[in-house]
Parts: sequence; C-alpha cells; structure tokens
Amino acid sequence: MPSKDTDTGTGKGGSIIVETVTRLMVPFIQLFALYVIIHGAGGPGGGFQGGVIFASSFVLYVIAFGIVKAGNRFSERANIVLFSTGVYIYAGVGLLCILFSYGAAQFLNYGYIPLTHHFEENRALGMDLVEIGIGITVMAVITSIFFNLVWKREEVGEREGED
Amino acid sequence: MLIVEHFPVLVVAISMFAAFTILIAGWLLNKKCCFFISFITILVQFILSIFILHHVLTVGTITYWLGGWAPPWGIEYVVDALNAYILVILLFLSLVCVMYSKRYEEHEIPNKIVSYYVLYQLLVTGLCGVTVTGDIFNMYVFIEIFSLAAYALIASHGKIALKASLTYLVMGAIGACFFLLGIGFLYSVTGSLNMYDISCILKTGDLYTSRVVQAAFTFFIIGMGIKMALFPLHTWLPDAHSFAPAEISAMLSGIIIEVSTYALIRVCLSVFTVDFLEMYFPITTLICWTAAMAMIYGSVLAIAQYNLKRMLAYSSVANMGYIMLGVGLCMSSSFGLTPALMHILNHALMKGCMFLAAGAFIYKFDLWEIEDFRGLGRKMPYTTLSFILAALAMIGMPPSVGFVTKLYLAVACFQAGQFVFVAVIFFSTLLILFYFWRVIEYMYIRVEEEGATAKEVKVDEIPWSMLIPVLVLGILCFVVGVLWLVNTPAFPLMDIMDAVNAEFGLGVVP
Repeated sequence: MPSKDTDTGTGKGGSIIVETVTRLMVPFIQLFALYVIIHGAGGPGGGFQGGVIFASSFVLYVIAFGIVKAGNRFSERANIVLFSTGVYIYAGVGLLCILFSYGAAQFLNYGYIPLTHHFEENRALGMDLVEIGIGITVMAVITSIFFNLVWKREEVGEREGED
Repeated sequence: MLIVEHFPVLVVAISMFAAFTILIAGWLLNKKCCFFISFITILVQFILSIFILHHVLTVGTITYWLGGWAPPWGIEYVVDALNAYILVILLFLSLVCVMYSKRYEEHEIPNKIVSYYVLYQLLVTGLCGVTVTGDIFNMYVFIEIFSLAAYALIASHGKIALKASLTYLVMGAIGACFFLLGIGFLYSVTGSLNMYDISCILKTGDLYTSRVVQAAFTFFIIGMGIKMALFPLHTWLPDAHSFAPAEISAMLSGIIIEVSTYALIRVCLSVFTVDFLEMYFPITTLICWTAAMAMIYGSVLAIAQYNLKRMLAYSSVANMGYIMLGVGLCMSSSFGLTPALMHILNHALMKGCMFLAAGAFIYKFDLWEIEDFRGLGRKMPYTTLSFILAALAMIGMPPSVGFVTKLYLAVACFQAGQFVFVAVIFFSTLLILFYFWRVIEYMYIRVEEEGATAKEVKVDEIPWSMLIPVLVLGILCFVVGVLWLVNTPAFPLMDIMDAVNAEFGLGVVP
C-alpha cells in the first residue's frame, strides 16, 4: 500500500500540459476501448485488445498524476473483484448455455441462451457478453500488474531507506 | 447429448470457477474457507472423472465440440481411455495433496494461504485441461497454465526456493517454446490444430518424409523432454523438488511430470502415428537407451544425497527412466504401452506417499537430513510405516506396485529381445535397495547410538488430516499392486490398458 508521506509518486514535476491533456484523453481512450470490445465479434479487435486499451488509460493517468493519487482511486480489492467478475461472466455464459438447453447444447454454444427469439441474435449477444467478460478481466489484470510493479519498487526503496 | 458428455468441460470449468471464488472468498470473507472450497471442488472433479472413465470404458470415446463448432475450426475435447485414466490419477493425487496441505501450509506460510490455494486450483485446472483436450494448441495453453502455477507454488516458501523456481522457470519456458515451435511447424504444413485432423492430413498427404514434419517431431520430443525431466534435460528437477512445499513436491514428482509424459505419448502416437515412429523416424531405440541411462544415473546420484527430499528427487529421474523405457518398448512387445502407463499410476502412489512423509518429518521436527532420522520409527510410527511401505514398493517387493512394473517391464524386454535392459532394471533395483535401506536403517535400527534417552520415546504424530493422506497412499501401494495382478471387475485396470493399446494399434507382437 502506498504511504502518503513518501516523495515518490506524488506527481512530482507534473506539468500542467501533461495533466490537462491526460484529463482530455482518458475519456476518449476509454470510449475507444468500449468500441473495440463491442465490435470485437464483427470486426478487428475484441475483448483482449479492448481491455488492454482500457487499462492503458489508467497507465496514462498514473504517469500524469503519480501513483499515490491514482492508487486512491483504484483499490486492490476492487481490482480482484473485477478480474474475478470477468472470469465469472465468461464461464457463467458457457455454463448457462448448457443449463438453458437442458444439456443439449455444448459449453459456450451461445445460441441457446434465450435472450431474444432468434438463434443468430442470441449467438451475437452471447459473443458480446463473453467479450465483455474478457475485457473486464484483461483490464483489471493489466492494471493490477502495472500497479504492483510501481508499488513494489517503492516498497523496496523504503526498506533500503530503513536499513 | 448425454449429461456425461459434458463432464470433460465441466471438470475444467468448475475448477477455473473455484480458483477465482477462492480468491474472492479468501480476501473478502475468511481465509479459512479457501481450503474447503478447494477440497470440495477437487472432490467433485474426482467424482466427475470417475464417471468419465466409466463412460469411456462402457460406451466409448467422448468427443465434445466447444461452442458447437465442428472440429477443424473449433476446439474439440476428446477423452478416450488414456485421457480418462490419467485424469482419475491426477485428481486423486490432487485430492490427497490438498487434504494434506491444510495443516502444512497453515504452519509454513500462514500469510499466503489465499494465493496458495488460488494457484493450487489453477494448477489442477491446467493439468485437467491438458488431459481432456484434443486440440494441440489448446494443450500448449494448458501446459503453460499449469507450469506458471507450478513455478509460483515452488517458490511459495521463499529464500532458496526462489532460485530453484527461477531455474525451473527458465528451463520450463525453453521447453514450452520448443513445443510451440513444433506446433508452428506442423501448422505451417497441415494448416490444422486439431490432433486427429493433423494426423489424417499427415497420413493422406504423405507428409511423413517432410523435413518440416520431422523437425517438428524433434521439437516436441525435446520440449516435452525438458518438462518431464528426461535424463540429460533433468537439471531443473532436483532443486525444484527438494525446495518446494511437501505436497507440491508430491504433485510435481507424482503427476506434473507424468502429465508432460502423457502429452508426449499423445503427440507421438495420436498426431504422429505408430507407422511414422516405425518407418520414418525410428527413435524408440534412442528413447530406450536414454531411459536406461536415466535409471542408472538417477539411482547413483540418489545414493550420493544426504537430504531426503533431494534423494527422492533423483529417484524421480530414475523413475522417469522406467516410464520412458516402457514408452520406448511399446512397439516391440505384446504389452504395448501397459508398463509405461502402469508406472505412471504406481509412481504417483509411491512418490506421493514418500514426499508427503518427508514433509511430515519437516513439519514435526524440521528434519531434512537422513542421518537425523535416528529413532524416528518410534516417534512417528504411522508415518514411517507408510514411508517404508512405499520404499518397499519402490524396491519391488511382491505384490507391491513397484514389483508389478518391474515384472511387466522385464517381460517386455525379453519379448523385444533387449536383454541388456533386463540387466539395467536389475542393477537399478539393487541401487534403489541400497539407498532406501539406508533410510530404513536410520529410522528403525540405529536407535541405540542415541543412548539411554531413546528408551522412553513418546509417540508424537502429525495431525490426522496429514496422516490420512500418507497412510492411504502407503497402503494403496500394495492394494493397487494386487489389483494389477488379479484384475477384478470393480477395478478393471487391465481393461483400461487393453483399451488404450487397441486404440493405438499396439500390443500386437510383430
């Protein structure tokens, strides 16, 4: 966990230009990420790519505002819940296919989830659901990896300082 | 579609589900529930795997198209007798080890319980995935999943284990790269990733003479050789086995390297066929000789060790030699793959028992060196008893599991006309006798040297949740040995072997 009194990561040297541009860019990056996730089934892109783009917006935020300010916004617990949620959505959709068809359809055979009356439409919607699950997991895991890398270095620095 | 046909995918999916449930439940609710979720999940998986095995033996091979996509395009899960057999062994050993791990890990790493069980569950997910899949790229992905979980689990005690884990990580990554290169080469030639499809294209397209295909085969052998610690490529194994937590050592030695062996057998015999091995790429002689060297080398180095877990690790190298000798002889005897597959189960029982017992000595008295085991036979009577049962089985006392393996291997060698390997088996048995006798001697016989204090020893056993797994494995070493020999209808072990051999067209004397 970050301590507030350390000098590192409080956004030292953060220029007004970088901060303003980041404020402007982050919503657009996230919107683009959502676009990539939703259009993954029909065009280039998909859950993984969209998730990485979404996470990159957080990375940009950390670069501009420092890890402490960013760390106050994303807690580690929320991250864990998020990346588990993604896996739950993915595996859950797969299992729902088996349940709704009473064992007639295979795992991840989306057409059998009764969302609408058309088999093909169900299949498209199921695919989107799975992509959203993948996107959430990838976003949370990449953010988690990045935050861990940044924080671990700080902790080592503190420990060396104590010794 | 029968409900049993969903079980292969359910085995993997509920395991994945459970891994993340453990994470959430452990961090947000209570650390104690991690163990119970993991235990119940693996128990359910084990029951499912028994149904799968029963269905495969009575009805036939299960093929499952994920998402309803037909095989060359979609991922296909195929479970035949070989998969189902490995799956049951794997889940049984996982169940026993997770039961053992409760008290052991609460004692050793109380702060990391949650991440430990998450990784353990992912390890089981990866191992199950490798065994049920019929898609070669899917197999690679699951190999990576269980390897990554295994690297982290080996390092979980910190300190020197980190170094051992890093060595394994580097070697394992190289092995996985070779496997991936092999897949890439095959894909460039055949344009398919489904195992059955690849084998059909290789056969009908007359591609066995292609250099690319032969290079791919070499890459598979080397890659899986590293993962399964085949003799010259075993260098990561002793450190990883001796510094890992006890039940992870048991899993590593008992099933992880065996699952890699399964992957190799599957690639050799299902993707490339017996014809390819016989006529275009005669590698079986090389495998036999490598295996023979592993049997001698592992046993000799095991004698040189003073640390019990390290000694058992070198013994694993020797035992991989036994399994590979069985694989090497599979085409020239009427037993086919039987000795190799037999030893996969037998080795899981024996090594699982011995590594868990070694962990018990560390848990109770922090004893690592064999010389410190003086009088342990009186302090921990049940643990040492099951250790000795497993050691006797390893030496090959009839009617134990080790005896059955050696009997079948020796007869297979005679049938193949390779008498030198019979001598190797005999010689390595002598070496095994030597290094296990040393342990037994310190445990039971050399008590007097401690003097008068040895006379009044209080029994100081490990908790029952650790003792039951050790005892069960120790007793099974002999029970399964009898079951191999008599083949009762309730435990049709030989029927499974016959089904596997029939499927690959083995077991017919040429």
